[in-house]
Amino acid sequence: MMASRTQIGLIAGTLFLLGVGLTLYKAVVLGFPLLPGEYRDVWTIESKINFKPTKGPVQADLTLPSNQAGWVLLEEHFASSGFGFTVVEENGGRDARWTRQTLENSTTLYYKVQAYRPTDTALDNIPPPPIHKPMLEGDQSAAMERLIGLLREQSSDTESFVSLLVGEFTKDRDAQDRDAQFLIGTFDEPEKAVLLAVLAHAGIPAQEIRGIRLEDGRRRQTLSSLLEFYTGDHWVIIDPETAMLGMPANFFVWQRGSGAVLGVVGGRDSSLEFALVSNSLPAKTVTGMEQKAHAYALLDFSIYALPVEQQGAFKGLMLIPVATLVVVLMRLIVGLKTSGTFMPVLIALAFLQTKLITGLSLFLILVGAGLWIRSWLSHMNLLLVSRISAVIIVVIFMMATTAIVSYKFGLDRALTVTFFPTIILAWTIERMSVLWEEDGWKEVLKQGGGSLIVAVLAYLVMTNALVEHLTFNFPELTLSLLAIILLLGKYTGYRLSELYRFRDLDKSA
Amino acid sequence: MIRLISPRRLKELGILGMNRRNVGFIGKYNPRKNYRLVDDKLQTKEAAIANDIPVPKLYGVIEYQHQIAGAVRKLDELDGFVIKPVQGSGGKGILVIVGREGELFRKSSGVLIDAAEVRRHLSNILAGLHSLGGRNDKAMVEALISFDPYLEKYSYEGVPDIRVIAFKGVPVMAMMRCATHESDGKANLHQGAVGVGIDIASGKAVRAVQHGHLVTEHPDTGACFEELQIPHWKQILDLASRCVAMTGLGYLGVDIVLDKFRGPMLLELNARPGLAIQVANLAGLRHRLAVAEKIAAQTNDHDEKIALARQYFGTGN
Repeated sequence: MMASRTQIGLIAGTLFLLGVGLTLYKAVVLGFPLLPGEYRDVWTIESKINFKPTKGPVQADLTLPSNQAGWVLLEEHFASSGFGFTVVEENGGRDARWTRQTLENSTTLYYKVQAYRPTDTALDNIPPPPIHKPMLEGDQSAAMERLIGLLREQSSDTESFVSLLVGEFTKDRDAQDRDAQFLIGTFDEPEKAVLLAVLAHAGIPAQEIRGIRLEDGRRRQTLSSLLEFYTGDHWVIIDPETAMLGMPANFFVWQRGSGAVLGVVGGRDSSLEFALVSNSLPAKTVTGMEQKAHAYALLDFSIYALPVEQQGAFKGLMLIPVATLVVVLMRLIVGLKTSGTFMPVLIALAFLQTKLITGLSLFLILVGAGLWIRSWLSHMNLLLVSRISAVIIVVIFMMATTAIVSYKFGLDRALTVTFFPTIILAWTIERMSVLWEEDGWKEVLKQGGGSLIVAVLAYLVMTNALVEHLTFNFPELTLSLLAIILLLGKYTGYRLSELYRFRDLDKSA
Repeated sequence: MIRLISPRRLKELGILGMNRRNVGFIGKYNPRKNYRLVDDKLQTKEAAIANDIPVPKLYGVIEYQHQIAGAVRKLDELDGFVIKPVQGSGGKGILVIVGREGELFRKSSGVLIDAAEVRRHLSNILAGLHSLGGRNDKAMVEALISFDPYLEKYSYEGVPDIRVIAFKGVPVMAMMRCATHESDGKANLHQGAVGVGIDIASGKAVRAVQHGHLVTEHPDTGACFEELQIPHWKQILDLASRCVAMTGLGYLGVDIVLDKFRGPMLLELNARPGLAIQVANLAGLRHRLAVAEKIAAQTNDHDEKIALARQYFGTGN
């Protein structure tokens, strides 16, 4: 045993030092902050250009975003296998240009950018572009005049005028002003084009802003538009969908003014879609990235080097080792009984999605109702496999019922019930029910309570800001964690529960 | 405030904890490949018969659901029998029938059940309800043990069994587990059965505990534990020690029952014996295990090991 102890000791020691060493290297030499401190939301925006080639040479032009409205671009990546690629500077903006002589199959081009918004500044106050009055038919012109006249009477200045106008356009079709209805009906263009035409006719300089509504974890997001108009001394932004003034939160400005963002020559059915992920990064790290955006080798060591879609998954994955440590500690040192060794970890992972209180109530409801139905199943004398399968199906039905009922009552949170691992719940119910039959409800409470306590502790640890910060920014610390778990595997001391269990031995001795 | 005992005091008393038991004894002395022999009661029985260790007579084994109906018809001819899952753990799923009342079967608790209930019980056993890890299992039907009448008064509605922990062929500690009304005829201490520590030297009771508290008499039958002297004590120690060699498991819990006609019989073996025996004996296992290690190093002779164990572990009353 000495030999195996020394062996474990050596392995654990090496792992521990390796983990701590790498962490210190990153902290001291590369300047990663050890403490969470102030955070910045850094968005990774991955654009995918899809198109099918037609005959002849292919050229795809993508207008690239620039630092606008307080947004700062950190890192840019382009992926274009087999294509010639250049970034073209044109009248103040930048275009990415992919070219190729011939192309057989439909293809995807990638452009990835990381951006964050340190300050909430407005867009630059550029001089208004000249107004091009729209070409109108007689009745269109008359309708427009009437509409403008009506709204002018109701408004006090340009801002309120545009608000009223956009508000008119966002109304339900039946509630709209007749003239607005007529204009939308006769213009063979989207509503925002009609809006721009009305504004131009009214002599108000206005243009489109193209950009992305940022949603964490969102895939296949498409470009959205805002409108901005010039009041005489400054620009004001209005959302044509909600008629709200000002820049909406989490709107990433891609391009100001009209003009195509994507142009494909020699291709058809082109589309532009975005995948979005937000990471909370320590402010210091972000500053570092900004300064040495290209020469920042340490980023290759971290999860940030992964593709956007996998980063989110790893965020959660790196927390699991911490949760297992909680289980090991609670079982080996404290001596809590749990139903199923790592069931609490899975429950805690579900809690991460549902939040604690909702999660606990959902869990208790599901297991409670499950036990009740299971006791009824046990009278039917079924074979084990079909009984558990039946419980799984019942659990799924209960999840659906809970979601539907609570949604009808306006409790949106309960929709997260789908994050509970179905099979694990079914097994928990099965085990608890057998335990109930054989050892009574006290044992069920003991093991069920133990599992829940461990799950809640694991949840609390996993949601701790410092833990989240360390596991994501210093994944090498997991090696040290592994070392601790290996050492605990050789722990032969007493469990806390044994100090209670054997408490009476002292008396008469 | 919850009263706890200090870890240092526990160490002084030589109490063996769960972690040390798992790492230091089970993990070290019990090779996993030998577990099958103790986890599968049929294999245990075969091995015991091959080693001349007495076991309750086996009436038959039921392996498939379709055999159940025929088996229950055959059971009709018997007055008493015991049904067990072959791979059951912790005394789960054991059905003891002590007599008949016309078509009905009388359980040890006196409750009458019909043939359908027996079939349902068998079906549950085969489905793995009572077995380790919920695996499919077989059911075995055994002869009813005729308890030694001397021990009958120490148990209520159930089998009093004797657990001996043997380490490297040396009997280290023993207790008798007496079912009570509260434990529902089961000999599980955490369900309220009484644990009686037994002196290794003499086979006399050391003390008795229920729920961790001292008791002097059986709560249901009123039998006084102080007078208890287990009959055939030498044979019991002999049997327990021989099981270590038979299984190849260094650290073993041996459960023994006393039959009126056949004396001590092996009921089952346990490769992961519990720690409650220390509470029943008011003694720690660690010191005794250390002594047993020395005894095993000193001699290889079976009888000498037992003699030395009785000499060292006797409490002198």
